[in-house]
Amino acid sequence: MNIALGQYYPSKSVMHRLDPRMKFILAIVYIVAGFVCKNVLSFALLLVSTLLLIIISRIPIKTVLGSIKAILFIMIFTAIINIFLSTGEGDPLFEWRFIKIYESGLYNAGFIVIRIFAMIIGASIFLTYTTTPIQLTDAIERLFSPLKVLRVPVHEFAMMMTIALRFIPTIVEETEKIMAAQKARGANFSEGSVFKRIKALIPIIIPLFVSAFRRAGDLATAMTCRCYRGGKGRTRMTVLKLKVRDFAALALMVAFVAGIVVINIVNIGYTMN
Amino acid sequence: MAFIEVKNLSYAYGGEGDSPVYALNNLSFEIEKGEYVAILGHNGSGKSTFAKLLTMVIDDYDYLSGNIYVDGVDILSEDISEDEIFELRKRVGMVFQNPDNQLVATVVEEDVAFGPENLGIERSEIRRRVDEALQTVGMTKYAKHEPHRLSGGQKQRVAIAGIIAMMPECMIFDESTAMLDPMGRREVISTVEKLNRESGITTINITHYMDEAARADRIIVFNNGSVILKGTPKEVFAQSEIMRAAGLDLPQCIDLAEKLKKNGVALKGDITNPYQCAEAVAAALKDK
Repeated sequence: MNIALGQYYPSKSVMHRLDPRMKFILAIVYIVAGFVCKNVLSFALLLVSTLLLIIISRIPIKTVLGSIKAILFIMIFTAIINIFLSTGEGDPLFEWRFIKIYESGLYNAGFIVIRIFAMIIGASIFLTYTTTPIQLTDAIERLFSPLKVLRVPVHEFAMMMTIALRFIPTIVEETEKIMAAQKARGANFSEGSVFKRIKALIPIIIPLFVSAFRRAGDLATAMTCRCYRGGKGRTRMTVLKLKVRDFAALALMVAFVAGIVVINIVNIGYTMN
Repeated sequence: MAFIEVKNLSYAYGGEGDSPVYALNNLSFEIEKGEYVAILGHNGSGKSTFAKLLTMVIDDYDYLSGNIYVDGVDILSEDISEDEIFELRKRVGMVFQNPDNQLVATVVEEDVAFGPENLGIERSEIRRRVDEALQTVGMTKYAKHEPHRLSGGQKQRVAIAGIIAMMPECMIFDESTAMLDPMGRREVISTVEKLNRESGITTINITHYMDEAARADRIIVFNNGSVILKGTPKEVFAQSEIMRAAGLDLPQCIDLAEKLKKNGVALKGDITNPYQCAEAVAAALKDK
């Protein structure tokens, strides 16, 4: 059985080899960059940068298109709203009864679509396509570890995440087993009204919960026996180390954001307000 | 003083209503350092309760009496400190029944590192221990694998590696082979025996498989919370009546030898494993 956790796409690209902490930071900066963009040129740059990211991380276009499908509705919906509701200066391009379409509406719609596309695909490339969930958890634990001073249970959250990730395949497997067992007893999950189908799931969910709680108890005992007592005094076998390429990536990102800011100031073409 | 000393140990679970349900009844026995002991008993004989007490993972001590001494320290004493418990857990490791429910990390080597990380050991030393432990259980090849893709026997070996990496003096196996197929059982048992022989780790194998128990230095037989027999496998299996009364079947080879004896064919020598049995049968056939 092969369960793909998230959308991780295994490859050995530079993007995959970047430090997960750096990728987390880059993702945030990239999202901010998406909001900073204001005019035609900066949005064009944003779009190009996203395409570059896809190429650098060697993710097949098919995979990317697959995740665009998920956000397609939002993109179309916001585009339509922008086209019809934007009121710009000058004469509308098109007028029919109460519908008025302005040039600015078209621009705004295009900008919004690029922005959503760039932010979602960009963040996915940094955080899910090229980073395994466990690397991400690790990165979050280490990045937020200063918050321990404020008594934020950073280690505990990271441990919870790790255990959850560890047990997802186990529990999926178990669900399949229980479903098979209930089917063998004549349960029917694929026919009848919605209400009936939901009701048919109860005999799966209850045993699943019972067993999950038993597993939790067992695991807690096993962890106690292995001397686990929280994050205090704990060392780690693997330590993340920032390499030259991580700083290079950061420098590129800073240059990119600076470029967008400069273009915004220069003000070329239509500018969003 | 023996490494583990159990003195008049009784324990009961709270049960329904007022009457406590006794799981252990006045147990007393000793386990020496470096010994390989099998604790044998059918379901509900109290063997797992004993394992839980030994690793201090029971939180309800209402109906407890008697003591367990590990290297002279009374582990059931009320004024034992957290740090003392931590030290003891470091020295006595436990491998559980369900291999899925004791692996914490999503990568094999990370899981093996979990114990040493908890002990606060330095990084390079953890690395060394993890590599060594994986080598010992023969799982080096799988260091970067995800645990859920391994077979039951492999998972259990990873769990054992996780304990070895903490370098305990004693390891307890609580029905660690019960959920495995015959292949997995063989893998695990040979790993356990290798550890006992080569690293001198005191080994307690809690099991209901006769053939596993037959390989230990000594067997302690539990029934209804009491010790009914203890001794070498040969001594224990000689008491076939008591064993049967406790709901335990003799290993097949011993059973065979006994039946042959009843029919007038006495096999010579020790018969505790199939190989000895085969040889004895061959010798008996030659004599005829």
